[in-house]
Amino acid sequence: MFYREAGDFKTTYSDDSQTFPLQLDRMGYYAVLAVAFLVVPFVIDDYWATSVMVPFLIYAIATLGLNILTGYAGQVSLGTGGFMAVGAYATYKLTTSFPDISILIHIVLAGFITALVGMLFGLPSLRIKGFYLAVATLAAQFFLVWLFNKVPWFYNYSASGQITMPERTVLGQLVTGPSVSAPAKYLVCLVFAVALAWLARNLTRGMLGRQWMAIRDMDIAAEIIGVNPLKAKLTAFGVSSFLIGIAGALFFAVYLGAAEVGEAFGINKSFLVLFMVIIGGLGSIFGSFAGAAFLVLLPVFLKNVLVGGMGWPTDLAAHVELMIVGALIVFFLIVEPHGLAQLWRLTKEKLRLWPFPH
Amino acid sequence: MEQLLYTAEVVVNGLMAGVMYSLVALGFVLIFKASGVFNYAQGVLALFAALTLVGIQQGQVPFAHLINAITGSHLEHFGWTVPSLLAILLTAGVMILLALAIEKLVLQHLVGQAPIILFMATIGLAYFLEGLGDIMWGANVKSLDVGIPQGISETAEAWTAQLTGYGFFIDRLDIWATVIAALLVAALVAFSQYTKQGRAMRAVADDPQAALSVGISLRFIWIMVWSIAGFVALVAGIMWGTKSGVQFSLSLIALKALPVLMLGGFTSIPGAIVGGLIIGVGEKLFEYSIGPMVGGATENWFAYVLALLFLVFRPQGLFGEKIIERV
Repeated sequence: MFYREAGDFKTTYSDDSQTFPLQLDRMGYYAVLAVAFLVVPFVIDDYWATSVMVPFLIYAIATLGLNILTGYAGQVSLGTGGFMAVGAYATYKLTTSFPDISILIHIVLAGFITALVGMLFGLPSLRIKGFYLAVATLAAQFFLVWLFNKVPWFYNYSASGQITMPERTVLGQLVTGPSVSAPAKYLVCLVFAVALAWLARNLTRGMLGRQWMAIRDMDIAAEIIGVNPLKAKLTAFGVSSFLIGIAGALFFAVYLGAAEVGEAFGINKSFLVLFMVIIGGLGSIFGSFAGAAFLVLLPVFLKNVLVGGMGWPTDLAAHVELMIVGALIVFFLIVEPHGLAQLWRLTKEKLRLWPFPH
Repeated sequence: MEQLLYTAEVVVNGLMAGVMYSLVALGFVLIFKASGVFNYAQGVLALFAALTLVGIQQGQVPFAHLINAITGSHLEHFGWTVPSLLAILLTAGVMILLALAIEKLVLQHLVGQAPIILFMATIGLAYFLEGLGDIMWGANVKSLDVGIPQGISETAEAWTAQLTGYGFFIDRLDIWATVIAALLVAALVAFSQYTKQGRAMRAVADDPQAALSVGISLRFIWIMVWSIAGFVALVAGIMWGTKSGVQFSLSLIALKALPVLMLGGFTSIPGAIVGGLIIGVGEKLFEYSIGPMVGGATENWFAYVLALLFLVFRPQGLFGEKIIERV
């Protein structure tokens, strides 16, 4: 009753192929966008921006990226942290070398640089499959982190080995550095997240997305029906790394402000993003956002309950959090291998029939 | 000549380090062969086993931290210590219980899922065990001592000095690790070749359905294999724990065992050993010869890059079964 697909007639091809063909979906999407752009920036405070909204949006972009590679193209990658580091260091080098050019352009360029690096490390995927590939991508993770640690050129020979984001403005408004306002941070991330989600959505339902899914479902069969595995796999690595690179750039430039590569972009980041993909749902754009929201909110929630509510020491709470995250992942894999996105689909199914189920 | 001797010393030490990697890799291979699960949690199993061993040895109260936080008490130790051998046996018992629990709570519900789903489930399991180990026994760095000697081996030094005129530095712990690893492998081979359960295990590895149809209990085999893997993890945990202290970084040796497996092939026990030795020697030699030129610490990534390059030419590893794909 509440969710209807019937009666939504299309009279032109462009109507039929728009991003959200169903009117109800479209309205929901516009409503969310309206709230995100017109309401949230006016009510957001520093706590909500730094501990919930900004990390959520950034991780959503990274999760989208990994979901394209793992969920759509079926290539498991554990190199996410390393690729995020590429985005961060590329932004840093670009913005310190060309301070006059807009930071937004630098962030996008950093995405393209990461895409190139990702395609380079994606080359072995033509020979190596399954979790052999997952382990091979660990090479990217460890090598890149080591590279950014050991080659002083990347961190401009700073004494601490850290990279620190200088202050940059967009349209006269400060967006990076320590004194940036909460709405500005939030809006920069939001613009990127919306634009990239739109890009991902339209890529995955087009020719390229179908090729990726064919490769995922069975690469040999896909090859026989005319999908070029070289092109499909490398574009998947490229697009995925592009998104992850932008996420890394934002993570460093807008969220952290200063970063040390081993700490900010270590192997744990790779796993975290992979978990977001699994919990959200493999092969789903909505799932990427849901998974990122879940794993960003869970620690905040647990911290408030355990440390704030029950007065436990923080280290104990951190261990309990590890256990809960681990158990949840196993739980999700057992009861719903398709993640939160599948739960959402089931909910829609229920809403369609309510209040008169069969 | 001098240079050659130094290199030889590096190679010997690399071989010893390789044995340590092989110890972890062995556990992976066992589980992978018998149940097709790529068990990422193997490293955390080693950490958990080592933590439990230290905890039992020193008579720590399990979950002391948690209990104290909830009830406000100040528990810490029972006030006794347990002899090493008994503590090892008790820990082995704990690992068997853990294997039972894993089979019952996780694997049973995931039968027939894609390998990658099982792999991710073991990552979740690794996180869970990591948290559990820390909550049970505390997160501080502990030293583990079960009576294995450590430090430079004078005999080896004297012997090599006599032979070549230059005394090699070899850690006694490494020699012990090599001997124990050899014994462990011999025991495992004997077990899988000459006992009923071992044969059943190989049958399951070969073809689970055929094994099921001749009356082998898959559940029993899985529990057994996970218990054995838990025991191997305990041995690895003892070795690594004695070497570098029982701490979180112990679980990262699992990541080091992955390239070993890729080199050796996931399904081959000799592969795990040879792969471990190649990685051990390779990364020590690379660090020794190229490391100083590029800033050192190449051990972090060398193994992965080596495995990656190797796999491009031989995707199934050195000893793995040939991958045949059908549509």
